[in-house]
Amino acid sequence: MSAVIDKADIASYAIRWGDDALILSHRLAEWCADAPELEEDMALMNLALDLVGQARTLYTYAGELEGRGRDEDAIAFTREERDYKNALLVEQPNEDFAYAVARQFLYDAFSLPFYQALASSKDATLAALGEKAAKEVRYHLKHSADWLIRLGDGTDESHRRMQAAIDELWTYTGELFVNDDLDRRLIAAGIGVDLAALKSAWNDTVSTVLKEATLQRPADGWMATGGREGRHSEYMGYLLAELQYMQRAYPNMKW
Amino acid sequence: MYTQGLDIPKGDKSIPVEKADSAEALRFQARIDADEKIEPKDWMPEGYRKTLIRQISQHAHSEVIGMQPEGNWITRAPTLRRKAILMAKVQDEGGHGLYLYSAAETLGVSRDELVEQLLDGSAKYSSIFNYPTLTWADIGAIGWLVDGAAIMNQIPLCRCSYGPYARAMIRICKEESFHQRQGYELMLALSRGSAEQKAMMQDAFDRWWWPALMMFGPHDTKGDAEGIKSQHSEQSMKWRIKRVSNDELRQKFVDVTVPQAEYLGLKVPDPHLKWNAETGHYDFGPIDWNEFKNVLIGNGPCNKKRLKMRREAHERGAWVREAAMAYAAKKAKRNAA
Repeated sequence: MSAVIDKADIASYAIRWGDDALILSHRLAEWCADAPELEEDMALMNLALDLVGQARTLYTYAGELEGRGRDEDAIAFTREERDYKNALLVEQPNEDFAYAVARQFLYDAFSLPFYQALASSKDATLAALGEKAAKEVRYHLKHSADWLIRLGDGTDESHRRMQAAIDELWTYTGELFVNDDLDRRLIAAGIGVDLAALKSAWNDTVSTVLKEATLQRPADGWMATGGREGRHSEYMGYLLAELQYMQRAYPNMKW
Repeated sequence: MYTQGLDIPKGDKSIPVEKADSAEALRFQARIDADEKIEPKDWMPEGYRKTLIRQISQHAHSEVIGMQPEGNWITRAPTLRRKAILMAKVQDEGGHGLYLYSAAETLGVSRDELVEQLLDGSAKYSSIFNYPTLTWADIGAIGWLVDGAAIMNQIPLCRCSYGPYARAMIRICKEESFHQRQGYELMLALSRGSAEQKAMMQDAFDRWWWPALMMFGPHDTKGDAEGIKSQHSEQSMKWRIKRVSNDELRQKFVDVTVPQAEYLGLKVPDPHLKWNAETGHYDFGPIDWNEFKNVLIGNGPCNKKRLKMRREAHERGAWVREAAMAYAAKKAKRNAA
């Protein structure tokens, strides 16, 4: 491995994780004024706000590393769909509250060990973000796990809905643990996180919580991939149309 | 956000007229006159209690419904900074709803009952939220004008005679004042922007100016002639639930806001608006009380949409709330075993 660390690699890496945070925050924000309880409206918005904060740090850093004059908003709002590298899981729609809980839980159970590991990155900015984000995500995981248990072990209807959401979204969890060439280069440089190594922590969390929720852990069958290469679901285009609306309709303005 | 335009409508029989000469009533009024705070366990006239429940719950409902027009732009905010500010603001509004429902509960009514009244259409919320947010500039206009008007209404409520309401208002006012400045700062950015941004800002201002003035409610004196004077205003003043008249507050709002609009390069959509050196106030044109009445009785551009969305969200969430209750019961049983 080359001892010289390519700044462009770190920028791409920061954008990838920023995309996870931004797209998930968008899905959470769609719950505004639509959550099952006022308290939950506030909680979901709070998670979304943390994620927007994480995305801003990552995009700003990526823009600095690139040195091409892109700021956080240029990166967040003016890329083509193929340039967004978020995992497919986070773009999945809010079919019902159980889907939102399942998506959040499956992702939080991954992002907590991810950010904890990133806190040891040799890149000081990523390490600092990892430390801050891990603190936030710890609360996110507690919140989503609590709901998973409540709904799994609540009524027959909530159990059925919660199991259906877990079953449906399970196929998007495999992608989270795949290291690609970029990951491998940055792992070798001591900057990136070995995603495959996070699988056992994720397995433990997921199995423990599913058991308490009286839910079945689905079998690890075929797993959908493509998000990290910018091949998204059909949902993504609509999400971006909304997210990018202002910057596309009124380009190059200050807001 | 809150509006005094929510005052009890004329002819509402559910608020009893009190005998003001009983020993208890006289003692109560003496405490009010001495500027003492009334606390939940203190004796209070039934009319005082009901008036407060009505006002506080309408205020709470307004916060909750107000999340909709602003939430309308969270997923389309133009920058990440603006998105984060708007998310935090909408979250604050939800929080205000929660404190206010809690304050109302100290008067012996449950949040569930109050929410039921909102959903069945018997409780009102601020009419201002029955106007749509059509462009991004509307988010600035709401923060600046609607939160600005709300602060004018609410600052005196921090000294309201009912302790829990007054204390809730202190915190709420601090947050609203932040929202107002954020809204103005959003407009300031537009005022320094492109021709399209300036046009967007003026359009939003044109649409929000008059509804913002209506937020202060009917005229104090001329109201009877217009058939919409709030008959309980006087009693509320005596009980120190309300401390400043609608017209005084409205005038103060106009006086403060016109120079701010001018600084932004905005034209106030009122041909009668003129500085009056004699009174030291701005004179302004007549308010279209027909529009006010129409929005109040349900004919505003978004009345049906707002309530429909609230009902649907409530219905869609029913299975979640049931599950949470069922789980809590199971857990309590297990812990007891």
